[in-house]
Formats: sequence, structure tokens, C-alpha cells
Amino acid sequence: MRRVALKGILGRKLRATLTGFAIVLGVAMVSGSFVLTDTINKSLGTIFAESYAASDVVVSPRDALAGEDSADTGSAPFPDSVLADVSALPEVEAASGSIEDEATLVGENGSPIGGGMGIALSVDPPADEQFNPLQLVAGAWPRGSEEIAVDKATAEDQGLAVGDSVGAAADGPVETYTVAGIVRYGSVESLGGATIAAFDLATAQQLFDKQNQFDFIRVAAAEGVSSQELVAEIRPLLPETAQVRTAEAQADTESEETQSEVNIFRYFLLGFGGIALFVGSFVIANTLSITVAQRARELATLRTLGASRRQVLWSVVLEAVVVGVLASVVGLFVGLGIAVGLNALLAATGIDLPETGIVFSTRTVVVSLLVGTLIALLASLRPALRATRVPPIAAVREGAVLPPSRLAKFGLATALAVVVVAIGLLAFGVFADGAETRTRLLAIGVGVLLLFIGVTLVAPRLVRPLAAALGAPAARFGGSAGRLARDNSTRNPARTASTAAALMIGIALVTFVSLLAQGLKSSFADAVDELFVADYSLTAEGDFGSVSDATVAAARETPGVTAVSAIRSGEGRAFGGTVGVNGVDENLSAIIDMSWAEGSAEVPAQLGADGAFVNDDYADEHDLGVGSRIELKTPTGEVLDLTVEGVFAEPKGGSPFGEIAVSTATFDGAYAEKENEWAFLNMEGGVTDENTATLTEALATFPDARVETRDEFKATSISDISTFVNLLYALLGLSVLVSLFGIVNTLVLSVFERTRELGMLRAIGMTRRQVRRMIRQESVITALIGATLGIVVGVFLAFLVTQALSDEGIVFAIPVGSLVVFVLVAIAAGMLAAIFPARRASKLNVLEALQYE
Amino acid sequence: METTPIHEEAQARVLEAPVVTAAGVTRRYGVEGDTCVKALRGVSLDVAPGKLTAVMGPSGSGKSTLMHILAGLDRPNEGNVSIAGTDIGALSDTDLTKLRREHIGFVFQFFNLLPMLTAEENIVLPLDLAGGKHDRGWVAELTDKIGLSDRLSHRPAELSGGQQQRVAIARALVSRPTVMFADEPTGNLDSTTGGEILELLRDSVTSFGQTTVMVTHDAHAAEIADRVLFLADGLIVKDRGASSAHEILETLEEVSGR
Repeated sequence: MRRVALKGILGRKLRATLTGFAIVLGVAMVSGSFVLTDTINKSLGTIFAESYAASDVVVSPRDALAGEDSADTGSAPFPDSVLADVSALPEVEAASGSIEDEATLVGENGSPIGGGMGIALSVDPPADEQFNPLQLVAGAWPRGSEEIAVDKATAEDQGLAVGDSVGAAADGPVETYTVAGIVRYGSVESLGGATIAAFDLATAQQLFDKQNQFDFIRVAAAEGVSSQELVAEIRPLLPETAQVRTAEAQADTESEETQSEVNIFRYFLLGFGGIALFVGSFVIANTLSITVAQRARELATLRTLGASRRQVLWSVVLEAVVVGVLASVVGLFVGLGIAVGLNALLAATGIDLPETGIVFSTRTVVVSLLVGTLIALLASLRPALRATRVPPIAAVREGAVLPPSRLAKFGLATALAVVVVAIGLLAFGVFADGAETRTRLLAIGVGVLLLFIGVTLVAPRLVRPLAAALGAPAARFGGSAGRLARDNSTRNPARTASTAAALMIGIALVTFVSLLAQGLKSSFADAVDELFVADYSLTAEGDFGSVSDATVAAARETPGVTAVSAIRSGEGRAFGGTVGVNGVDENLSAIIDMSWAEGSAEVPAQLGADGAFVNDDYADEHDLGVGSRIELKTPTGEVLDLTVEGVFAEPKGGSPFGEIAVSTATFDGAYAEKENEWAFLNMEGGVTDENTATLTEALATFPDARVETRDEFKATSISDISTFVNLLYALLGLSVLVSLFGIVNTLVLSVFERTRELGMLRAIGMTRRQVRRMIRQESVITALIGATLGIVVGVFLAFLVTQALSDEGIVFAIPVGSLVVFVLVAIAAGMLAAIFPARRASKLNVLEALQYE
Repeated sequence: METTPIHEEAQARVLEAPVVTAAGVTRRYGVEGDTCVKALRGVSLDVAPGKLTAVMGPSGSGKSTLMHILAGLDRPNEGNVSIAGTDIGALSDTDLTKLRREHIGFVFQFFNLLPMLTAEENIVLPLDLAGGKHDRGWVAELTDKIGLSDRLSHRPAELSGGQQQRVAIARALVSRPTVMFADEPTGNLDSTTGGEILELLRDSVTSFGQTTVMVTHDAHAAEIADRVLFLADGLIVKDRGASSAHEILETLEEVSGR
């Protein structure tokens, strides 16, 4: 029996290959995600390990809000007296303090190098020579306030040599430095595209406003002293804002932090691999169902020869599993190839990771092979069970057909029950505010899967009316070929339905994303329109940057500017939860039009040392009003005792503010990083070309900020959403591609099945062209059925979710243009899928086809 | 009754009890009323071991239905069928499968070979399915008998119709079934090739004592049988010993005309 299954695959290579593709793509996505993220993780791990390679113990800043494990390097520096205390310990052989911050290198044309992503490190030779991860490649270490060292990759990229000058911006305007030396970071070639600027210690402390402070102290233990012992010795000496760990522990915590972000990215990608595999399972199940139906007589013969039902079952399952394993192996390596390619692409675009080699772990192999095989196995169960229901007598009957499934008579009831359960789960997941997030997400996930399955089960009943409607143009304008195409698509409704269902999933998710994005955009735009009354905004260049005080000051001094207001942001803890905290100044009401539930537009200017305003949701949640007290703990360990002075009504689309806002002065007293998320300003005469030019000119030497008008601000933010949406489209496109293979498969099998009929049609005068048209239109009708179902399901899902998110101002809006595009894509997909089967059908030899048994 | 020379061993089997018996078998298709077709209306018969029994009759006489029921492929509405002493009416699917493995061989009109397997693989398939050991000597003897020893590695598509049917016969014989059923074995072959296939069937009865039941509407095919049953309208209307094609045709005419 094993031979029957294995030889069966060999005998049906084309079908096996097409079926295999359904798995290859999903598995490739899974393995590619693993390889890429593992490689990134390893690279990052290398960077952190290099950083402390020569140290035994590291003193680092401590975020008072986080637990012991946190390695928030954005926390406050600690006083340099710690270095003296540590060095004095007899267990310490050597110790050295350093500054690590961010600085942007600026090219000759004034634009930031490497997208503005750059780190700044202090060097302090000879004291830190033993610890510093930087190695001098050429020239000398920078000395004094006018020298800098840059990394080799940047130097090569920009054609910089020792003695050249280069611009760099720390927390202030761009200053010009002389390149004293070229450095590299340990053995690492590149830091993922980030530039490195090294200054001498005093200059770094000055530049980053960390006089008499350090970000890190690297310590070497005296002989015979273990790292752990040293940690225990140092711990009592530290202030609250510093912590000590062994070098390994420090490297681990730092890399864990970034790895957890990489891991989110991994799960995100894996999610799409999962969707592709889910679609793939539909394709496999459908292909096998058709195959089993076509092999009914063969299976019946096996039964007459003494094959038991179990043997028939396993022969079908085994065939699927073998295809699954082979396809998984191919997918595994395709994924590896994609990851290698992506890595190369990243390198080509300047985001090259440290060269640590591609990580191809055992886990990647095991998981990829397992999921691919398992999906094939699961998908084969239903067709395999049906195969066992072929009675032996079918071996002697002409035109043997598969008996209807035992559940067939309960078909509609079952299908509707599945849909109802799915909708119930979805409603619970979306609306049950009380339940745990985990439970809700699980309910949504299972609900969506069941909804797809349920709709697939109902779909056979919908095929006839849908085909009649969607096939009407084909029947009307396609002549007899068009009419036949329409009729063919309803000949086996179950087959057409499950073929279309695979496409439905992709289209549904794409539709959902498109509707949600539309809702997000319009809600965001509404909020901007309501709040943004300033003439210009200054927003940070790059994703993680901020607008420096120096930039804000420069804007303030620009002629014509009447009011500037910067908004600082950070995090804090209040009422046992993490909150967003902002520092605002007295000009706020001039640039942002807030509506006040309590208090007035005067509030921001009158906050003083302990005043705060909160947003209305937060006020509701904690029952706050004017006069309420809030105890706010900041990352530096400072505890602010605040009094609520106002409650502002936040627009549904969001605002620049977190839960709590205090005055800039209060903020600066309690936060280490004085980072402005945004600044807004007004100018005499409002937005004019002249004002724009003046402002841009005045801020030309501040590469960290971008000048934008309200419309520009809106457009950039919305284009960020669009970029993300496009990424989602691309990832979901993979699922659509998988379903395309499903259509090809079904058509090829149908053509094979109708060989005799096609021969007859050709014999009575159908041209090859008409045959091709007939197949093509059947394919398009199937694709359109999938698109219709998908759009309906997608709109429904989006409707549910937007209802649940209506508090956030996300409206239910149908992007008609996008939906039209999806339908066109479905039509194109149908035509594409038909190319190969149509060719096969039109090339049939009429005589042989007629004799075909 | 004319007797054909038979093997000694086979002669011993002739003396055994009938291997297939049917008693009062009826079979209806469709629901009661106008659409109800009575294919069999009370058929009883015994199939003697070591003999070739032919079932003849015009189209719609119920001959195929009878064979399906005798072979356990279909179940009667009334009456009993037993194969090798087992009443198959009460058997579960699993037991029926076991019974087929041990006691029944099939030869089909359309050969029903598995296209992806070679001739040899097709022949030994029943042994593989039963999970038993191959009796190499027996397989060699069979392939020699069908005269395809040199084509064993060919696939069905590479064989002629006659060759395919030879493979099918070897496949039916390979498990030494108690009874072999042949359903219009020459129905899809030209007369020369059909003749060769009939010779092979006859030979297997003669040399191996293989009990065989053959359904056919071809008088030349029925000519090789030791016994010819004539069916009309769901009843056995004539039961003859070995007859010439001429006699068979006359009888057929007679029963069809009734």
C-alpha cells in the first residue's frame, strides 16, 4: 500500500508539484522569518558582547521604574564620584567611565549620514584603552573639543580620511570636527548602518550635558576576584540611579531588550507564514478531494483486492505527508535563500548587520519541517476519510463517483453552526472588555479561523447564485465559451467553493487591513485638524529621534516666530500603572487647540511646580478632577506629588499627549532625558512660502528636526500608516499567491477530468481559442467568487473591529477605490492562473481525447 | 454432461461442498413504487468447486447484479449468500475485507490495473495488501503462465489490452482465492485477444482447479464454461452444462424472447 501511495505521487508529478507549492511558500515564510531574526539576534548579541569584552563588571544607569533586569540606556547618568569609589576597592584592578549617547553625523551636503542613526561614544586614552570596544584603525584618538573619530564603514562610505572635517550634531546644532582617527567596533564591521562618532571624554560629557557624570563604568577585577564577588562589593557603593552587573549579565540584558523587539518582528512574520500555510491547507485539501474523486475507481479496485478502509485512508494520508515533507524541505531552503537575500539587500541599502554569518538553527529546520508536514497531514484527513467511503462495487461501475460525505445531509446546518460559533467568538473577543486580553485575542484568532472554515462550508450553496451573477458578463459577451465557462463553474459547486475559499482568505484579510487603515487615517486626520492650530511643526528626523532643545531655541530666535512650544515626553508610574508623561510650556494653548472638560486654555501656562493636567479617559478611569492628587514616579526615582489643574478632552484620533502632563520645568527636574517629541510654532503672517524658507534656512544646521506645515504633518504621518499597510499587503500577497496555485490545480484537474468532453467540443467545432477562453473565464469566475466572499468577510471583520474601536475614533469607512483594485487583482489572478491549464486544454489531441476512457 | 480432463488435485476439490451458495436472493433498486427496479427476484444457486460457471443473459437480466452480490460487493435485500462457508450478510466491512483477501479474486472488464504500478507490482498487490509473504515460486509460475515474464517491469499503459487482462488474471490468481469472479473479461477486447484470454481462464481452471464465476453476454466466452446459467428478468431460467456457442446462442434467444 505504501508503494501505491508513493508511486501515486510519481505518477502524478504535476499535481504533486502544484500541491507542494501551496506548502513551499508558507514554510519558506516560516523558515525565512526564523533565519532572518536569528541572524539579526546573533549579530546584535555580538555587538553587546564586544561592548564588554574586556570588562568583568559593568556599572550602568538604573531605571527606577523598571525591575532589576531592565537595561534602559536612556536612563539618567550617575555621578562620576562612583568611579572614584569603585576604583578605591582593593578587588578592583582597573575601572573606567564612559559616555554613550546618540549623535548624528552630517555629510558634506548637510544631510544626515546613515539616515541620522548614529551612536556617540567617549574615549579616554590611556585610562580606558583596556576596556573601550573601539579599536583605532587609522590616525589617533580624538583629543579636545574639535576632534572626532568615526567608524571605518562611514569613513569609507563618505570618503573621509584622517584630517578631513565632518559635521556632527549631538544635542545641539551641527558642529564641524576634524577627523583625528578611524575606528572600528571590536571585530564588528558595521552596527547595522548606525554611524559611530567618538569624542574624548570631556568633550562627550560637555556635548551631552553630562558634566561630572558617566553612563557606564567598566571594571576589571583584581586577580583572584570573581565577577560575582566584585558585583557584591560594588553594589553597596552605588546611588539609586546606578546598578552593577557582571559583564556577561550586562551584555545579555542589553541584547535581550533588543531581541525582544526582534522577536516581535519574528512573530509578526511568522503570523503571515501561518496565514499562508492555512490557505495552503485549503489548497491541499481541495486538490486531494478532487484527486480522490477522480481515483474513486482505483480506490474501489484496491478495496476489491483486499485493501481495508484503514489502508485506503493511510494511502491518501501518506501521499499528502510525503508531498508535505518534500515541500517543507524545499520551503526550508527557499526560506533560507530569502533570508540570505534580504540580509544582502539590507547590506546593500546600508543597514548591514555585523557579519556573524547566517544562523540556520536546528529549531528552524525542525519547526519548518514539522509545520509543513503537519499542515499537509491535517489537510489530508477529510479527503482521506472520504476515500474510505468509496465502496468496492465502484470498481465495476461506469463513471464511479464518490459517495456524499456522511455529514452531507447535515451540511448546511453544520456550516451555519460553525459560522454562528465563529461570530460568537469574534463578538466575545472584540467586545468583552472585562475578559483578559489573552483570552480575547485567542477568541478572535479562533473565531476568524472558524469564520473562514464556516464560510467555506456554506460556500457551495452560494456558488450557483454567485456564478450566475458574476458569470453574467462572461455568458453575455463570451459567446458559447463564456456560457460553458459559467456552467462549468457550477458543475461541482463544492469544488469551485473550496477553490474560491482559498482566495477568499487572502482577499478578506487584505480588505480588513484596508478598511482599518482607512478608519485609522481618517480618525488621525480628524484629530490633527482639530488640534493643530500652529503654523509649523518641528518633528524628529528618523523613527527614534527627538527634537533637541538647541533646535527649539534656534527656532525661537528665528525672526518672525511669535510662539514656540515644545512637548517633552517620557514614561512614569502612577496608580500602579505605566503612563505617558509630557512636559509642556506656557505657549501650548497658542499652538494646540485643546478642549477642556475641566479647567481652561490657561491651565498649561499655570501648571507651576506641582500642577498637572490629565486626559479625560485617564481622569475617568481614576476618578480625577481638578484638585485630585497624583503621585508620579519617574525613571530617575524621583516621586512627584502633583495636583490636577485641568482635564482635557482628547480627540478620538489621539493627541500628542500621554495621560499626564506637567510643566517643562517640573519635567526637567525629574527626567534625565530632555527629549522633545515635537515642537510647534507660530509665525507672523502664518504659513507663507517666505516664512517656510526663513524657518528652513534657520534650522538648516539642525539635522534632527523637520519643518512641516499642518498638511505636511498630516501627510507624513498618514504615509507612515500607508507604508505599514503596504507591507501588510505584500505579506498577505503571499497567501493570495498560494491560493493562485489552488486555482491552477483545480483547473488542471478539471481539464484532465473533462478530457473526453473537451475532445467532443473540439470535434463539433470549438476552436482552440474558444477552449482557452472557456477555461480562462471559468478561472475568472472562480476568482471573483473568492473575491466577493473575501470582501464580504473582510468588511464584516472590519465592521466588528471598528465598532469595538469606535472609542478611539476609528470610523467604519469603505475605501471603494481599494476594493475595486482588489477585484481587479482577483480578475488578473484568475487569468494568470488559467494560462497553464488553458494551454493544456487547447493542446489536447481531439482524437485521443475522444478515445480517452 | 461433458467433462473436461482435470488435475487430480482439482478433482479432489470437486468433491468438496459448494464454495459459493446463494439462497432466495432478491435485489431491488430505488424505492418501492414506479421507480423500483427488481434486478433479482429470488435467485438460488451453488457454485461447484474447481469448475468454471458462466452467468449469461441479455442486458438488464440481472447477471451483473448477481455477480456483485455473490462476490460480496453488493448486499441482497432478501436471501443469503455464503462464501467458503461464511454467511457474508452479517459481516462487517473489516471482516468482508478479510474475506476478500483470502477467498476472492477479481477480473474486470476494464482491467482496473493501477496505472502507476508495474505489471509485477500489480500482480503481487493483493499479497502486499494482505501483508503476507510472497510465494516467489507461485508468482513465477503465474507470470510464466500468462506469458509476460519479459514485460513485468512495464506499466499498464505500455501493455496492450490483452496483456493488461493477462496481468489482471495473474493478480486475481496470486492469492489462490477460493473463487475468482470475472466480469465480462473479454468485453473490452477484440475477438482474437478475447479468445486468448478465455484460453487462459480455462487453463487456470483446468491446471489449478481454480473455481471461477464468469459473467458474460458473449456466447463464445460462455462456451468454455463447465456450466452455463441463463438469467432473464432477475431469475435463473436455464441451467446447462458445458455447451457449444451455437447451443448457448439458441438458449439465449429463447430466454430473451420470453
